[in-house]
Amino acid sequence: MIPDINPIVLFFASIFTSNILLTNFLGMCSFISISKDLKSSNGLGLAVTLVMTITTALNWILEKYLIVPLELGYLRYILYIIVIAAVVQVLEMIIDRVSPNLYMVLGIFLPLITVNCAILGVALFMQLRNYTFIQSVFFGFGSGIGWWLAIVLLAAIRKKTENAPVPAPLKGVGITLITIGIMAMAFIGFAGMIKVQ
Amino acid sequence: MSMFIAPIVVSLVSGGLALVIAIVDGIVNNYGEVDIDINEGKKVLKVKGGAPLLQTLSTQGIFVPSACGGRGSCGACKVKVLSDVGPYLPTELPYMSKEEIKENIRLACQIKLKKAIKIHLPEELFNIRKFKGIVESLKDVTYDIKELRIRLVEPNEINFKAGQYVQLVIPPYENVKESTQRAYSISSSPSDKNHVELLIRLVPGGIATTYVHKYMKEGDIVELVGPFGEFYMRDTNADMIMVAGGSGMAPIKSIIFDMWERGITNRNVWYFFGARSKRDLYYVEMFRELEKRWENFHFISALSEPLPEDNWDGEKGLITNVLEKYLDSVIPKDNSKEGYLCGSPGMINACVQVFSKFSINDVYYDKFA
Repeated sequence: MIPDINPIVLFFASIFTSNILLTNFLGMCSFISISKDLKSSNGLGLAVTLVMTITTALNWILEKYLIVPLELGYLRYILYIIVIAAVVQVLEMIIDRVSPNLYMVLGIFLPLITVNCAILGVALFMQLRNYTFIQSVFFGFGSGIGWWLAIVLLAAIRKKTENAPVPAPLKGVGITLITIGIMAMAFIGFAGMIKVQ
Repeated sequence: MSMFIAPIVVSLVSGGLALVIAIVDGIVNNYGEVDIDINEGKKVLKVKGGAPLLQTLSTQGIFVPSACGGRGSCGACKVKVLSDVGPYLPTELPYMSKEEIKENIRLACQIKLKKAIKIHLPEELFNIRKFKGIVESLKDVTYDIKELRIRLVEPNEINFKAGQYVQLVIPPYENVKESTQRAYSISSSPSDKNHVELLIRLVPGGIATTYVHKYMKEGDIVELVGPFGEFYMRDTNADMIMVAGGSGMAPIKSIIFDMWERGITNRNVWYFFGARSKRDLYYVEMFRELEKRWENFHFISALSEPLPEDNWDGEKGLITNVLEKYLDSVIPKDNSKEGYLCGSPGMINACVQVFSKFSINDVYYDKFA
């Protein structure tokens, strides 16, 4: 059954009320390690958004015209990951040629995205929730922006608390996880305001 | 039938995507011809762009040292880049010091050639080559040392610093089944770019020296690789104390005549040549002649075991004893000194000890022999 949600609403919902990072806790590894630096966070956020939008669309096509007709549900994870890896490769080459500056900003993050679980997570949600193609694209794009927003927010907070008197045992990742927890609580407060499935 | 569907679908999807990647790679990574300008226009290479600098240079016969083969894990392939190739990559930074970043030193394996680039390479890096030459003359200078003079044919010019050595390629002969290489210092001066002259002493049972002494003849075609080595005149004002024995004459002769030709005659040069008896001495007239024209040059030959018929009235004793005597009482002590040694390891070690006694620490020698 296709959910009756306006794609635009879905777009904003996946940024704010159903943020993939802060409500589903997906893509945590790079989220914690890269948020040390605001500039890198911006680069990674941009890369995630790009890859997420494109792979969600491609995986939707794959799902509709290959996986469902051939009843290959058990191959879904493998096929999705192959598509994501290939898209990252192609994107890397194109960006390298078209915009060397953007390539420098993205740096090593682009190849790392292949293993970012938020990307696969969005594709799997898209399938699970029976989104249409348009809904899927907006959902992927919105989730990317949401992930970007979250990492930039965290990087900003970490910058502020850099010189704060944090108790020694909590320094570093410890206080970061607590910060993320408080952020997540704030976001979860909105959860359910907009229906996403 | 259904059991084949999964592998077929996975292969088809992977294959299709691989094809897309290959096509995009072919279109996007086609950078056309790119110029590599090495050492301010000294050498300009026209190459196909798109590949890392390290690999591209090696296809052009320039071998930047690299231990890992271009995977960015050894940090050895450092190259000074003079043009803008974009900011440092995270893969380069762990290998760079602050000073190196200031000088824009990059890892050649991480820089992709996209546009014309200007780089600086140490001269000797792209000087190392394989040369083909013809034996022009092969003369006995003593009963066991031959002067081998090779005229270079392909390429016909060599650029080297006086004191450096080449590897002579010895082809298989008689019982020696495999081609070997042996290092010999160049005795001719760098101004004679078309020739390489080597001094080769016969070592009983030696593969290369036996070949040169017993089999090689004028007109033969020989191969050499080079130049190599860190043994050359240091650019200071210190007095140069040079010590050689036997075929160790070669690099010292090259350095001395190179200095004379280039007019570096303000430095004091003391050249000690050690031999057993008069029949081991050679080129003496040549250096005596130079001594007359160059007042700061002093040539001292010493015999350790002069024969009665030699009628030797020069210095007697081991070269180290003679060196010690001169450092103690003949050579003025006011100027700083550098030592240049070439000979057997025993002689070098003994001389280094003498030098350290007189606190001369800048001592140079080649580690082979």
